[in-house]
Amino acid sequence: MASAGSRGKRRVIPGFGISLGFTIVYLGLIVLIPLAGLVLRSAGLGWSELYRIATDLRTVNAIWLSVWTAFIAATINVPFGVLVAWVMVRYRFPGRRILDAAVDLPFALPTAVAGIALTALYAPNGWVGAYLEEWGIKAAYTPLGIVIALTFIGLPFVVRTVQPLMEDIDKEVEEAAATLGAGRFQTVRRVILPAILPAVITGFALAFARAIGEYGSVVFIAGNIPYVSEIAPLLIIIRLEEYNYAGATTVATLMLLISFTLLIVINAIQAMTRRRYGSG
Amino acid sequence: MASLFSRAPIGQRSAVNEGALTRIALVLTAVVFLALFLIMPLVLVFVEAFRQGAGAYLEALKEPDALSAMRLTVTVAIIAVPLNVVFGLAASWAIAKFEFRGKNLLISLIDLPFSISPVISGLVWVLLFGSHSVLSPWLQAHDIQILFALPGLVLATMFVTFPFVARELIPLMQEQGTTDEEASLSLGASGLQTFWHVTLPNVRWALVYGVLLCTARAIGEFGAVSVVSGHIRGKTNTLPLHVEILYNEYSFVGAFAVASVLALLALVTLGIKAVLEWRYGNQLASGHRH
Repeated sequence: MASAGSRGKRRVIPGFGISLGFTIVYLGLIVLIPLAGLVLRSAGLGWSELYRIATDLRTVNAIWLSVWTAFIAATINVPFGVLVAWVMVRYRFPGRRILDAAVDLPFALPTAVAGIALTALYAPNGWVGAYLEEWGIKAAYTPLGIVIALTFIGLPFVVRTVQPLMEDIDKEVEEAAATLGAGRFQTVRRVILPAILPAVITGFALAFARAIGEYGSVVFIAGNIPYVSEIAPLLIIIRLEEYNYAGATTVATLMLLISFTLLIVINAIQAMTRRRYGSG
Repeated sequence: MASLFSRAPIGQRSAVNEGALTRIALVLTAVVFLALFLIMPLVLVFVEAFRQGAGAYLEALKEPDALSAMRLTVTVAIIAVPLNVVFGLAASWAIAKFEFRGKNLLISLIDLPFSISPVISGLVWVLLFGSHSVLSPWLQAHDIQILFALPGLVLATMFVTFPFVARELIPLMQEQGTTDEEASLSLGASGLQTFWHVTLPNVRWALVYGVLLCTARAIGEFGAVSVVSGHIRGKTNTLPLHVEILYNEYSFVGAFAVASVLALLALVTLGIKAVLEWRYGNQLASGHRH
């Protein structure tokens, strides 16, 4: 298995066998075997049964709801995430450091806490919900509430993916563009945007992927009405509570398929970026 | 780097910087967005927790079920985090110090739990150890309880927090290469001595960073533990699950009081994280250097 890059290297540093062995055994026990169990279980159902559950209207509605709300939330996060990253990288203003740290709040705050806080905020009698109510907009207990929670969860993914690339942009390139007669808007559009575009797409995809599987921050605000505001992870839990393991397994397998497809897309974008811009 | 008000006076256009008005507008938009969207939910947690005064707040935290949820959460983290630290060290040593085929696949597999829904991370354990699984008769014969008990909670938490330490260490150790270790070994140090006195000090802040994120997630995990916990009050409820139960019982002060403890921990986490990035940024994986 070991094909040392430079000859003799692997003889100098000890511990290859034990560290790799432990890594693989631990990875197998904690991640791979349990996941394989899920895949085997769904394969054991047979195609016709899988197809029947997968095309069940409640399953289809739940998965579609998770996908489209996640997509809209990730889309909202693109302009706001890029704006926040830009402001943090390019400008100096009082409170910048604190706000920069606060961007990671959705990572650090337990999802259940975010869930009840957002629900209380956007409920009809909440600080924000009361205003929305005056405009006739219902946020909590509707798909709009789901989008709000998923936008909250996804923001750091876009900001933290775009920020390092923005820091790396060479000011001299912008100066060169300006010297050659480009206006500021042109420079932003033709020099800066292309440079950060791969990071923006990656950030979008990461936020999207995370939001599809998100549970804790959404269940409280969603309303959880079957066919209307019931997300796919919640449907898994409902099927489990009904002891309907075939149902739970099928929804989970469909979600895994979606996540793995996204994962492959993200890896492909990152590989492409690395090839074009050196190490990413 | 442009200060908000310096350089280009209002009205004068610069090709390298935005005009002062544009700058102020951009900063204001970002600040208002972050304040409304991120800071306000946080403030609300504390306002709701203290709605009926400090007495009711403390009362809610001293409740036996809340205390037992705290103990359980700490227990789960104390078991799951060190195991993931050992794994992170082993995996980064193997991946960063040696060349072997399939390395990129291994790195992708380590990151896998990040792209899986927390609910699925719990479901896999129910399928493995539940009453209908192949292991179930054996577990029952030996009177081993995994689901709806501490082992299930630990396993689900380990699955979810699996990549945190490894992904901080791997890129940093890959950057650092093997020259320090080779020097130490050629001077006669043993493998373990080299690891303790050379490798570990080289990555110590990245390790602290990874442990910090891993612990925060272990304490706050909700979806995965929700599936395996069984929600037995005072027995198998972690802090986040206790928040859910209180909230669903319309005991809002209690729910937000417990939530405020978790929010406070999140703030401490963010504080330490910011200090690490600011003070030791050059000793962390490149993504965290500001």
